[in-house]
Amino acid sequence: MAVYELKPTKQPPLSERGAIAWIRHNLLSSPFNILFTILSLWILYIIIPPMVKWFVLDANFVGNSKAECTGDGACWIFIREKFKIFIYGFYPESEQWRANLTMGLGALTVALAVIDRVPRSIKIASILMLPVVAIILLSGGYFGLAYIETNQWGGLLLTLVIAAVGIVLSFPIGILFALGRQSKLPIIKTLSVFYIELIRGVPLITVLFMASVVLPLFFPEGMDFDKLIRALIGITLFQAAYVAENIRGGLQAIPRGQYEASEAMGLTYWKRMRLVILPQAIKVAIPNLVGSFISLFKDTSLVMIIGLFDLLSMVTLTTNDRDWLGLSTEGFVFVAIIYWIFNYLMSRYSKNLEKKLDTNNKD
Amino acid sequence: MSFLRNEKVRGILYQLITIVGFVLFIMYIAQNTSDNIEARGIKSGLDFMQSTAGFDITETPLEFNHTSTHWDVFKVGLANTLIVSAFGIVLATILGLIIGVARLSSNWIISRLANGYIEIFRNLPILLQILFWYNVVLASMPSVRQSYNFFGSIFINQRGVYTPRPIFEDGSWLIAAGFIIALLAGWLIYKWSTKRHDETGQEFPVFLVNLGLLITLPILAYLIAGSPVSFEYPVFKGFNFQGGRTFTPEFLALLFALTIYTATFIAEAVRSGIEAVNKGQKEAATSLGLTPTQSLKFVVLPQAVRIAIPPIINQYLNLAKNSSLAAAIGYPELVTVFAGTSLNITGQALEIIGITMLTYLVISLFVSAILNWFNKKMKIKER
Repeated sequence: MAVYELKPTKQPPLSERGAIAWIRHNLLSSPFNILFTILSLWILYIIIPPMVKWFVLDANFVGNSKAECTGDGACWIFIREKFKIFIYGFYPESEQWRANLTMGLGALTVALAVIDRVPRSIKIASILMLPVVAIILLSGGYFGLAYIETNQWGGLLLTLVIAAVGIVLSFPIGILFALGRQSKLPIIKTLSVFYIELIRGVPLITVLFMASVVLPLFFPEGMDFDKLIRALIGITLFQAAYVAENIRGGLQAIPRGQYEASEAMGLTYWKRMRLVILPQAIKVAIPNLVGSFISLFKDTSLVMIIGLFDLLSMVTLTTNDRDWLGLSTEGFVFVAIIYWIFNYLMSRYSKNLEKKLDTNNKD
Repeated sequence: MSFLRNEKVRGILYQLITIVGFVLFIMYIAQNTSDNIEARGIKSGLDFMQSTAGFDITETPLEFNHTSTHWDVFKVGLANTLIVSAFGIVLATILGLIIGVARLSSNWIISRLANGYIEIFRNLPILLQILFWYNVVLASMPSVRQSYNFFGSIFINQRGVYTPRPIFEDGSWLIAAGFIIALLAGWLIYKWSTKRHDETGQEFPVFLVNLGLLITLPILAYLIAGSPVSFEYPVFKGFNFQGGRTFTPEFLALLFALTIYTATFIAEAVRSGIEAVNKGQKEAATSLGLTPTQSLKFVVLPQAVRIAIPPIINQYLNLAKNSSLAAAIGYPELVTVFAGTSLNITGQALEIIGITMLTYLVISLFVSAILNWFNKKMKIKER
């Protein structure tokens, strides 16, 4: 009896596998595609080699003054010499360990918040503690720490402080306004809608002007606010309106049955919200919230216009230094890289979350 | 005290507390403000709008001179805001559509390039981009004498871009009339062809016919009226270019940054709109025997547009709001001249910031009204 023996499967023809097939399908599938491929390669050829030359090959790395920047490329000596000013602003050098410690604590808080296994109570506690600890540590005046005025804070440190305080403080305010907007109580609802739409309808810069010029008029003489605190008030109130809208999106995504079931269990309004509705709504809203945090992080650069020295304005100021004139390209590129890294990491995180939460069957 | 446990009673109580707290807060602020204003000797009220501003503005689409009032400053600022926003919206839409479609291209290298563009420019603060264009790119342009020269009609140098300016002579109205007639005819053709398509299923090349009308009718009118349009070219005289149209570096830096930044968001909206159309819809279209073009035209795009347009309109609004960052480079729009210079001269912060905010708010409300109208019109009508 003949036994049928399974023959080994043949591989697809050479033209349909490996790199050749990939190139054929993805780059050369039609005359138009061939044209586009050539066009893109040409664009890359125009952009990449001069950039590599400027960034690395012709760049100057060694030395400590502008005179030693003899190559045609970037003068990275400038960045290296001014690095501390870009990061800490005018924060006194002997106290910079406090700034480092604060930034380290910030990184730790972010790490705790991102890791899934950490219990929620620890996450929330560490996030809420961060602004308080940061401000005590940075300004000092307690525990034998020297007092450092906020006008000495600057650079990346200031950018991070503004972003962190803005994100953390706007969160509870935003939740209150979101609940207010969804509330059945007409007065509370009207006030919330009015606030949210007012803030979302105007540019941040007008809010910052309001906070820096008009706010002092609102309070009695002698009750003087620090410039930084005024900016923080403006940014927090602005961000709260956007957080509120994101959370409202989450609230609307919760099925009615959840509201009804929690009511049927006899929970009070605040218990219903705290234990049943908000945990679900915030989870749905996280990708959008991260999106609005990215916007906030980019928007912190606007404090430059009201005269604070964040990273961008510190670098702009330094490029006007008489010993280092004509290096604004290097300065702006440095700022761009720092902003880009932070924002890119945040947007990656939000995309991953979206994928994790998305159960929709889409192409 | 059991009635305090009633949610209705509690609701009323909460609202009472809120309203009383709110009113007290407002009264407190109002009292302090009036005290402070008196103590500092600042005037109040809107009389300052009628007083002479006494400064010059570099770009004035409306008439403006040293005798103009703060009300004129406001009008010029608003006009400049609207001008740069209009230019920005048109350019950002074109660029965004191109990038968004390129992002979905089957060509790997094109879609990677588009993705790179989006990821780079979306993640950089717009203020940084404005400053970069202004301080690095445009400042590195040659001096006036060494201007880049394109065909002897367009000049680029440190002081901006000089282009020819069209001059409309008598009879130019015929061109506008031709354009309007083409628009009307296009609308009628669209109505007629949709109706015929609904009744008989016959198709009509609406887009091509309308495009042809839009191009030929104004040209025809131009020829009939005897070529009434001429161009005034910029000419180098003395120390600078005279005549023609000038685009200042401030305007260009702002326009480029707004366009490039907003285009990334428009591209993302286009992409997510097309991707959001359910896979089953495309499969169903194919199984009905529609060609890929027909499936795109009748099945995918109508659904994608419904999803993509609202975020795109929101981006237009963001662009208009972001134009306020011109304050950093001194393009004379609303925030720079009115909330900046006028405020410094008069010192009436409360009124000026209030008016500025109100203006943006009106623009926003106008845009949301358009958005609501669109959403209502586009709502899926279920039978």
